Amino acid sequence: MSRMMTGARMVVEALRDQGVDTVFGYPGGAVLPIYDEIFQQNDITHVLVRHEQGAVHMAEGYARSTGKPGVVIVTSGPGATNAVTGLTDALLDSIPLIVLSGQVPTFMIGTDGFQEADTVGITRPCTKHNWLVKDTGKLAETIHKAFHVATSGRPGPVLVDIPKDVQFASDMYVEPKQVDTGRYQPVKKGNIEAITRLVELMEQAERPILYTGGGVINSGPAASQLLRELAEATGFPVTSTLMGLGCYPASGKNWLGMLGMHGLYEANLAMHGCDLMINIGARFDDRITGRLADFSPNSVKAHIDIDPSSINKVIQVEVPIVGDVAHVLEDLLNVWKSRGSKTNSPAVAQWWKQIEEWRGKNCLAFRNSDTIIKPQHALQRLDALTKDCDRYITTEVGQHQMWAAQYLNFEEPNRWMTSGGLGTMGYGLPASVGVQMAHPDAVVINVAGDASWLMNMQEMGTAVQFRLPVKQFIMNNERLGMVRQWQQLLHGERYSQSWSDSLPDFIKLAEAFGCKGRQVSDPKELDAAIQEMLDYDGPFILDVLVEKHENCFPMIPSGKPHNEMLLGEAETLGVIESDGAVLV
Amino acid sequence: MSALNISKGMSSHSAYDLRDPNGQIEESHTLAIMVENEPGVLARVIGLFSGRGYNIDSLTVAEVDHLGHKSRITVVTRGTPAVIEQIKAQLGRIVVVYAVNDLTVEGPVVERELGLFKVKGQGDKRVEALRIAEIFRANVVDSTLESFVFELVGPISKLDAFADLMRPLGLIDMARTGLAALSRGL
Ligand SMILES: Cc1ncc(C[n+]2csc(CCOP(=O)(O)OP(=O)(O)O)c2C)c(N)n1
Ligand SMILES: [Mg+2]
Repeated sequence: MSRMMTGARMVVEALRDQGVDTVFGYPGGAVLPIYDEIFQQNDITHVLVRHEQGAVHMAEGYARSTGKPGVVIVTSGPGATNAVTGLTDALLDSIPLIVLSGQVPTFMIGTDGFQEADTVGITRPCTKHNWLVKDTGKLAETIHKAFHVATSGRPGPVLVDIPKDVQFASDMYVEPKQVDTGRYQPVKKGNIEAITRLVELMEQAERPILYTGGGVINSGPAASQLLRELAEATGFPVTSTLMGLGCYPASGKNWLGMLGMHGLYEANLAMHGCDLMINIGARFDDRITGRLADFSPNSVKAHIDIDPSSINKVIQVEVPIVGDVAHVLEDLLNVWKSRGSKTNSPAVAQWWKQIEEWRGKNCLAFRNSDTIIKPQHALQRLDALTKDCDRYITTEVGQHQMWAAQYLNFEEPNRWMTSGGLGTMGYGLPASVGVQMAHPDAVVINVAGDASWLMNMQEMGTAVQFRLPVKQFIMNNERLGMVRQWQQLLHGERYSQSWSDSLPDFIKLAEAFGCKGRQVSDPKELDAAIQEMLDYDGPFILDVLVEKHENCFPMIPSGKPHNEMLLGEAETLGVIESDGAVLV
Repeated sequence: MSALNISKGMSSHSAYDLRDPNGQIEESHTLAIMVENEPGVLARVIGLFSGRGYNIDSLTVAEVDHLGHKSRITVVTRGTPAVIEQIKAQLGRIVVVYAVNDLTVEGPVVERELGLFKVKGQGDKRVEALRIAEIFRANVVDSTLESFVFELVGPISKLDAFADLMRPLGLIDMARTGLAALSRGL
């Protein structure tokens, strides 16, 4: 049934019809009519952030931990421009978001009006799609389409720009089922011939590997389940990108650990030496491939991806399969079973022997200390003390992020929220707030660096206001550690601007925000400090003073292939040649 | 297991064709892109080319289906086979793009551009300009005692050749529409 209402009411109505329970936002002149409607309803919780970038990262945390799209409301001009980093982050990590922005009234567009910005122009390259709605009659329909586009195919952020007069004017509301979304229907089913070809290759493979990524998680819980079945049915080793951690359990017997620049030795050497690489929802990112010319030189490659443009973008593959991971894996398993397929088990057993040999290097070993807290040790303790919790982890960006990926174990998808593609410092704290909004009773921990954490620390206010007991685990090395590491390895140990100088007193900062803080520097007190953080009923900042000059290993230096990994300090001097130095 | 010889294009949904994907030679391709005629759609398409570092050698756009709200964008672009495939896949991903057709690989194609050429000159040069225009079947659409404006329709190469010949004869200005292209037959 169509009903007459204002554009502002349509916004709330449309969100409700789309099943939205939480929005993250910040008011301003150009969205006042929408905020007036938000005031007059109780179905949707509005989380008032402290900065619009925080709102977008919160929505990302919400989306990635629930599988539902995240929703953001910002005002025109500065509100919209503050959302740009978050939009770009969500675009690169394929996170479904709907951002609604206010705009100056239609008759003022183009006049450099107060708080006017060309929001659709600015956000065109950092959204999957965006719309400027100039007619209230089109508003509800556009919002419904926005949800469809954000969540269909490869997910991503979309933006709907709504001029203020469009919010005030009245027209007929259109319900989701009245909207024709038929034209944008990305393919879900993979080509069965290609899937069968892949099964044939799997039967013959001597050195196979499943290279999984964030696409498995985006595809939904069924995809992770099917991946586990596939690993079980074939006995093939499984590795994952940073974005895919949790899609196969860390305790699973086929698990090799993360691959890539700071991935595990055994995972990277298995990628290098395999004869059949099955890419499931990953995208051959440069952090994964290292030097392209030497990337897994002797393998046949298959690539399952819902986005045709991901296939053959950087690595040419022999078996491209465009489709949704869950659909493709389901068909793959069906073909596997119906053919009564068997692997080349003597060869695969031999391959596992080789992998075990690599694993014997124990690449994550580090020299622990009983006087200084080693960051790796801190994460091992955090992992041990939270193992049995209903736990969600977010991170900031830097060394601590890579260590978290290496030393924390994920058993389930949607438990690990990190900024992979864009590497956005300042992501983790707001993301933890968004996750906790979605999972009020869970333990939500942001593994942070001192420098990153400051970038969006204002969102502690949001956490306190909404009584969200997020745990901020700051691995404080008083350094822009990852920058310092590169300067040590690449720039003659000239530590240009990589000190975190004049850091705040995090305990006082916690108190100032109205939450609790503690500092720990003695390894003997670490467990007690972590336990206090976990037991405290409210937001908590744990300032963990860690070794300042620890480097993150293993590492594939830029411009190097997988089989030239660095394992530890001793091997690091003079290793990155000048062409590698221009790579980031 | 050696690198298996698998023919490309196994998946009907893939962006594959049978050319050598690893070829390093740049090719020129004419792409016809059908888009929803909504505000900003051209900026989206062009932004893709500039944002990802692809070339545009020629570009035309006009609404071709008023009721269906569809426009046709014709782009002539250059790149190695892998880059051309990537361009098509990236274009296909734009939400308001209905279809991308690579006219260069899909079969014989009619390609036409319209150019207007202003040539200034007197005496022998003026006569010679007229004579060449006749050979090219260019029309005189404007004339003064010291100048002509010629109108010429043809493939890009024909217009290029005409411009080259007119330059020493006093070509002072030129306007070209960019390429329009359709596949031949049905
Ligand atoms: C917004 C932003 N600016 C700059 C960078 C570049 N950068 C990457 S890691 C890093 C240092 C991070 O320091 P910290 O948060 O303390 O983490 P650590 O590496 O010390 O663990 C910087 C500056 C970035 N990733 N994001
Ligand atoms: Mg630091």
